[in-house]
Amino acid sequence: MPRPSQPDAASRRRFIAETARMACGVGMFGVGLGLYARHAAALPPAAIRPPGALAEQHFSSACIRCGLCVRDCPFDILHLAKPEDPMATGTPYFVARQAPCEMCEAIPCVKACPTAALDHSLKEITKAKMGLAVLVAQETCLNFLGLRCDICYRVCPVIDKAITLDSQTNVRTGHHTMFIPVVHSEHCTGCGKCEKSCPTEVAAIKVFPLYMAKGQLAAHYRLGWVEKEKAGGSLVAPDIEHRYHTPDGIRYEYGKGLSTVKPGDAPSGAASEGPTVKALKGDAL
Amino acid sequence: MSTLPKKIGAEAIAEKGWLASHKWLILRRMSQLGILAVFLAGPWLGLWIVKGNLNYSYTLGVLPLADPYVLLQSMLNGNAPEMLALFGAAMVMVFYILVGGRAYCAWVCPVNLVADGANWVRLRMGLKGGAHLPRSTRYWMLAMTLVVTVLSGTIAWEMLNPVSMLHRGLIFGMGFGWVVIVTVFLFDLFVVQRGWCGHVCPTGAFYALIGRASVLRIQLPRRDACNNCMDCYAVCPEYQVIKPALKAVDGAAPIILDAQCVNCGRCIDVCSKDVFAFGTRFGVLPKAGAKSQPTNDEASGSPS
Repeated sequence: MPRPSQPDAASRRRFIAETARMACGVGMFGVGLGLYARHAAALPPAAIRPPGALAEQHFSSACIRCGLCVRDCPFDILHLAKPEDPMATGTPYFVARQAPCEMCEAIPCVKACPTAALDHSLKEITKAKMGLAVLVAQETCLNFLGLRCDICYRVCPVIDKAITLDSQTNVRTGHHTMFIPVVHSEHCTGCGKCEKSCPTEVAAIKVFPLYMAKGQLAAHYRLGWVEKEKAGGSLVAPDIEHRYHTPDGIRYEYGKGLSTVKPGDAPSGAASEGPTVKALKGDAL
Repeated sequence: MSTLPKKIGAEAIAEKGWLASHKWLILRRMSQLGILAVFLAGPWLGLWIVKGNLNYSYTLGVLPLADPYVLLQSMLNGNAPEMLALFGAAMVMVFYILVGGRAYCAWVCPVNLVADGANWVRLRMGLKGGAHLPRSTRYWMLAMTLVVTVLSGTIAWEMLNPVSMLHRGLIFGMGFGWVVIVTVFLFDLFVVQRGWCGHVCPTGAFYALIGRASVLRIQLPRRDACNNCMDCYAVCPEYQVIKPALKAVDGAAPIILDAQCVNCGRCIDVCSKDVFAFGTRFGVLPKAGAKSQPTNDEASGSPS
């Protein structure tokens, strides 16, 4: 600082005041920006990220909003979010109901990404986890109504793995089968073909970002049957065999139905211990 | 009342002719619009020379170019970019160290067209004055964007950044991005002259930091020919950078070394005395053809 001169004190005061004022303004702007960014960085339910996208928080911090994935998508399904869209401006997404991911084997969108926002270690598109399909509208799903629509099942690129048809009795008619589409999260890529193809006015099956669609058990939960298998036997005292009140010589087993007891078989005991069962029933009443 | 304010560069036009006194302005507009056209040729005409936008682009499938500022924000959150992006950012940094950091602002950035437009209207309407804002605000903005990026865990500034919003918007769809651009225009027009580019923009601040050591600089090989017409000050978007070099403040060399100079070359255009010329930061060579006087001061009189 050459030229020391006497208006220094006054000008320094002015400088400090001016700097404080400006820093304050910038700081307030920053607070606003930060809050806005945190709101806007949440991913809305209809927006699905391209394959290999990191979890949303990491994605919006890694993506540099260049749009190369948009350009290299051969089916032009990707958009960059506009400022008014309720998500991070300039980040890529697609809307399954409009145009789902066609699941290119080469995954060009991931290759185009200059950052790790789209994970370059994703080599097989069937391992992608863009989202998860959920059959949200059982009341309007045609298969739930007892029809054989099956479209979501048939268009699924991971057919018979990501969506299977579960047969159930149609209680309404009493003598038909309903084929209930069931999504399996370990195979569903979230491509959105099912949602796109659902013939109802509003799709009965929809793809949501994973954070919305997937539940999670508490960490301490154990599945008894899995633990039993791992341990090679029951870990607690086994339940006594359930007994049914059946006529003599008739046996009922859950899942197998009624059968006749052959003379050599051990007696099912149901008949002989009828009074006990009755007594128990009486207790319950 | 009867005398209109003197038109900036009138002397230069009279002296050198219109074309010669708009040479750098025309070249600059060609650069700005040309770069935009190359980016737009893909989506508009299917001519894919460049893919992407100013944040990151890939030219002819060989040349990656990345904006080091946005890449820095991505990396601040612990994200390692791919090699291409790092290489692209390095290319950009080296380029702007050579041609002047804020040459980005004058020759590439699309918001410059908006800001220059606002300033043009401002002059035409005779609007004077406005709010006072220190030029250093941009560095505070730069720091703020980096801090908010870390605290919010997302590249927060990209939600509002008019630079990427305009460029990305033109290429990928603008949406309500126009609102931000119009805000910048009105801010420059009514609130602070040269407000956005000259005071606030953190991208400009970032490139100014890159350009602190940049090679290409405006020199004043004939500064003693200056007739104090003040046209260079009037036309310069960062007029505070001129005085030290022009008036040899504290024995300054006749080179504009201030990192805020955007290397637009308008001072060269509007100077009827040809005081200014593009050169390097390393000493002044007597201008060929010009009457070479011993203009150089002691500061850099004996270079190399």
